[in-house]
Amino acid sequence: MVQLTLPKNSRITRGKVWTKPDGAKNLRTFKIYRWNEEDGKNPQVDTYFVDLDTCGPMILDALIKIKSEIDPTLTFRRSCREGICGSCAMNIDGINTLACIYGMDQVKGDVSIYPLPHMPVIKDLIPDLTHFYAQHASIMPWLETKTDRPAKEWRQSIDDRKKLDGLYECVMCACCSTSCPSYWWNGDEYLGPAALLHAYRWIIDSRDEATTERLDDLEDPFKLYRCHTIMNCTKTCPKGLNPAKSIASIKKLMVERVV
Amino acid sequence: MAKMDRGKRPLSPHLSIYRPQITSISSIFIRITGNALLISTLLLVWWLSAAAIGPKAFSVVDFVITSWFGDIVMVLSLWALWYHSLGGMRHLIWDTGRGLELKTAEAMGWAMMLGSLILTFLTIWFLNG
Repeated sequence: MVQLTLPKNSRITRGKVWTKPDGAKNLRTFKIYRWNEEDGKNPQVDTYFVDLDTCGPMILDALIKIKSEIDPTLTFRRSCREGICGSCAMNIDGINTLACIYGMDQVKGDVSIYPLPHMPVIKDLIPDLTHFYAQHASIMPWLETKTDRPAKEWRQSIDDRKKLDGLYECVMCACCSTSCPSYWWNGDEYLGPAALLHAYRWIIDSRDEATTERLDDLEDPFKLYRCHTIMNCTKTCPKGLNPAKSIASIKKLMVERVV
Repeated sequence: MAKMDRGKRPLSPHLSIYRPQITSISSIFIRITGNALLISTLLLVWWLSAAAIGPKAFSVVDFVITSWFGDIVMVLSLWALWYHSLGGMRHLIWDTGRGLELKTAEAMGWAMMLGSLILTFLTIWFLNG
């Protein structure tokens, strides 16, 4: 359901302004969303000042610096620091992206950081992705086969393998799905761009033998057809993929199989 | 699939913090113009049925619709009609699997904005002879 405003317990209040580091000349202001279940308060936006002269170039570098030098309670996910694990997905300067591969020079003025939009917050910048992962699991993200297992591996031509380019690179960071207004309003039933991109990845895999079942499962007013080609997903994908195009391709296959 | 239960957890902000961009704005305007046109259509029906009822009824409705306020509503409706039609054409192109690269989609979004304005002016110019 469309609910434009935030629920009462989610409205953001003004937070703490942390002290500026001593003797720093090149300060950058960070406004970061904070919420901690234990203090029983509404979410707030804290202000931090980071000395860029002693900090790495990426947004994640600043977050790590804040955590280790200013406020150890600031909580966020991170792992690979090179855009391959998808852990540090968050809303930076109004768009969803990975903090590790988003440069501080890509943001003008103060840097605003929020958790991925329209998600339940576990703490600070950490959203609960349980439902998102369950949706991914629901599209059967594996090779479904009926014929007998071949003696060696399932073979695929170079051309058929090429069809998976632009799909297999997805790291499931959830930037796209949480940028999608349709997913905000109908995320409980609409699968969202990430899960649908993965669905398409298996539908067009030449080795997969469950194409009909996969399409049958998606033939649903909500699961697939809540996509209205808004294209926020493609716009925001930190890996440069095009989930909107994958979804359009599934819709096209739906038509092609009945006409 | 389990429905999302947030429990005590807050919902992270969405509309209020997400940057407006041509992808989302050009899309929401299709819906806004579509709904607005429904009301404009009712206004036109009101106008026509008043004309069918008689001169007295017509003069009242005609006064409203040709007033400065009516002019604004009708010009906006004209723009909405063009915008919504162009948006529909973009959807038809997308339905064939074309125009889904980000650059093309965004260019079509801007074209809808600009094109609908130009077509609105052209229509008014044409109607005024």
